[in-house]
Amino acid sequence: MSAISREDLVHLAQLAHIEMSDAELDKMTGELGAIVNAIASVSEVASSDVPATSHPIPLTNVLREDVVGETLSIDEVLLNAPDSDSDRFKVPAILDGE
Amino acid sequence: MVNNSVTDLIRLSAAELAAKLRSGEATSVQAVQAHLDRIAEVDGTLNAFLHVNAEEALAVAAEVDAIRAAGGAEAEALHPLAGVPIAIKDLIVTKGQPTTAASKMLEGWMSPYDATVIEKIRAAKLPMLGKTNLDEFAMGSSTEHSAYGVTRNPWNTNRIPGGSGGGSAAAVAAFEAPLALGTDTGGSIRQPGAVTGTVGVKPTYGAVSRYGAIAMASSLDQIGPVSRTVLDSALLQELIGGHDPKDSTSLPNALEGLVAAAQEGASGDLKGLRVGVIKELQGEGYQEGVQARFNESLELLKSAGAEIVEVSCPNFKYALGAYYLIMPSEVSSNLAKFDGVRYGHRVLPEEGPVTIERVMAATRAAGFGDEVKRRIILGTYALSAGYYDAYYGSAQKVRTLIQRDFDAAFEQADVLISPTAPTVAFELGANDNDPLAMYLNDVATIPANLAGVPGITVPGGLSENLPVGIQFLAPAYEDARLYRAGAALETLLEKQWGHSLISQAPAIESASVAQEA
Repeated sequence: MSAISREDLVHLAQLAHIEMSDAELDKMTGELGAIVNAIASVSEVASSDVPATSHPIPLTNVLREDVVGETLSIDEVLLNAPDSDSDRFKVPAILDGE
Repeated sequence: MVNNSVTDLIRLSAAELAAKLRSGEATSVQAVQAHLDRIAEVDGTLNAFLHVNAEEALAVAAEVDAIRAAGGAEAEALHPLAGVPIAIKDLIVTKGQPTTAASKMLEGWMSPYDATVIEKIRAAKLPMLGKTNLDEFAMGSSTEHSAYGVTRNPWNTNRIPGGSGGGSAAAVAAFEAPLALGTDTGGSIRQPGAVTGTVGVKPTYGAVSRYGAIAMASSLDQIGPVSRTVLDSALLQELIGGHDPKDSTSLPNALEGLVAAAQEGASGDLKGLRVGVIKELQGEGYQEGVQARFNESLELLKSAGAEIVEVSCPNFKYALGAYYLIMPSEVSSNLAKFDGVRYGHRVLPEEGPVTIERVMAATRAAGFGDEVKRRIILGTYALSAGYYDAYYGSAQKVRTLIQRDFDAAFEQADVLISPTAPTVAFELGANDNDPLAMYLNDVATIPANLAGVPGITVPGGLSENLPVGIQFLAPAYEDARLYRAGAALETLLEKQWGHSLISQAPAIESASVAQEA
C-alpha cells in the first residue's frame, strides 16, 4: 500500500469538491500519510475466506406500504435555500464559459 | 431560602426531580428556571450550550404544571418524566431551534422537521433547555473541533470534556441539565461520559431511531441517553427507543425492561452474573490511575457475587484501523450533500468563473473545519478505484472478525468490562497537531460500534482529581444487562465512597473570571 502523495491529494480534493490552498495541501499530505500507515494493518487479517460485514445488525427486506404521507410545503423546503427564484432553488452556471 | 431550593432542584437526578414534580413539591417551571439560572451562571465559562431555548422550555413546563394542577385523566396520562428538562446534542434536528452540527456550514439553519426522538420528547412533554456543543459533525474526541468554541470540562476547565458529545456531558456534569441526548459513532457518548464523571449509553444499533440525527457514518451512528445516574439513562432510553418506520435500520421491536433492570441492579446483588474482562482493553496504553480504578471496580463486582472471567478478543487490535476506514468512507458520502445548493452556507469563488462546481468547492472549503476535511478526503481515498478492496473491503472483513470475537466472548460471559477511555481528560490543545493521538481515545469504545452491540459508561472514581469511566458491553438486544450491571457498580461504589462521584465535582469559577471567548 502506498502513502498518499501531494498529487494524489490534489486529485482527491477535486473529487471531494473541496478547494485547498498550497499550505493546506502540504499539511494534509503528511497527516494523511501517517494515518494511512497506522490503519493499513487491516489488510493483514482480511483474508479471502472472511465475509465482509456492511451492517452490524442483519435486517433484510425492510418494506412498507407505499402510501402518501405528509410532505413539506415549498415554502418550508425553500426556507433555508441560499438562493431561490419562483419556487425553485437557484444555482450559478452549470457549465463553464457560458 | 430560595437559593437553597434552587440548588436542590438542579442537583436532583431526573427520577428524583420527576417524583417531586408528581408530588407537587416543586413545579416544572421552577425546575426549568433553576436550570436556566444555572446555565446563565456557569455556561459563560463552560460553553456547553450553543443555543438556549428558554422561552419554549418555560412554556412546556407551564403546560405540564397546568395539566397537573387540573388533575384528572390528562394528568394521569402524563409521562413519568413530564416536566423534567433535557438538553439536546446539536447534531439532532429540532423545529424552532437552530441546528448547526457545530459547523459553519449550517450556521443559522432551521430544520423544517423534528427528529423522531424529538417528537417523542415533545409528546412526553420534557422541556428542551437548548442545543449542546460538539465536535463539528460529531468528528472528534474533545469538542475542540467545534466551529463555535471549545467546551470546558466542569471538573477542570483547562481540560477537554471529551467528544464528540462534550457539550451534553459537560451540561449534565455541571448540573445545567439532568438529562441530555447524545450520539455515539465511535464513543461520542461514552468517552465524554467517562471524562466528566457522568453516565452515557450507546444502545444496540437500531434500538433508537436515527431519523433526524445528521448522519456521520450510517452503519455506526446511534442516538443514546446522557445522565448522572444509571436509572435516569434507562428512563430516557425507554422514552426514546422503539421502532420507527422512518428509519429502515430501526429494530422491529422496542427493547423492554431497561428501567426494571436498573432498579434490580441497584440492589447491588450480582450473584450468577459472569463478567468478562477483555484482555486486549487494558494494560499498555492505559494510564496507571485508570487501570487502578478499573481493578478496584472488578474487586467490588466480585464481592457482590459476580464471577470474573478473562476473555480474549484478538482482533480488537485492528478495530481502530477498520473504524478509520469505514467511518471516513461513510462520512465522505454522507457529507456530500453539504454543497451550498439547497440549504446551508454558500460561498462564491474569490476569482475566476462562478460555476456551480467552483461554488461547491469554495463553499465546502469555507464551511468545513480541518478535521471534517481530513475525514472526507481519507474516505474519498479509501473508496477510490485501486484502493477500495485493500482498504474499505478489508475493513469490512475486520468488522466480521470483531463480531466473531464478541460472539466468542459472550459465550463465556454475560457482560464484558473495560475502562471506557485509556486516559483521564487531557488538557485543551494537547493533541492539536496530532490527529492520530486523538483517535486513540476511542480505542475501547469503537469495537461496540463496529459490532452494533450496546455499551454503557459509569463513573469509576478519580485519578489526578479527574473522573475515570468503567465500560460494560452486552450482546445485541441485551441493553437491559448493561443497566443491571451498571446500576450495581454505581451502588457498590457509592456505598464505598459514601457519596456519588459527581457530588465531589469542584465549584465552577464564574464567567467573569474566565477568559473572554
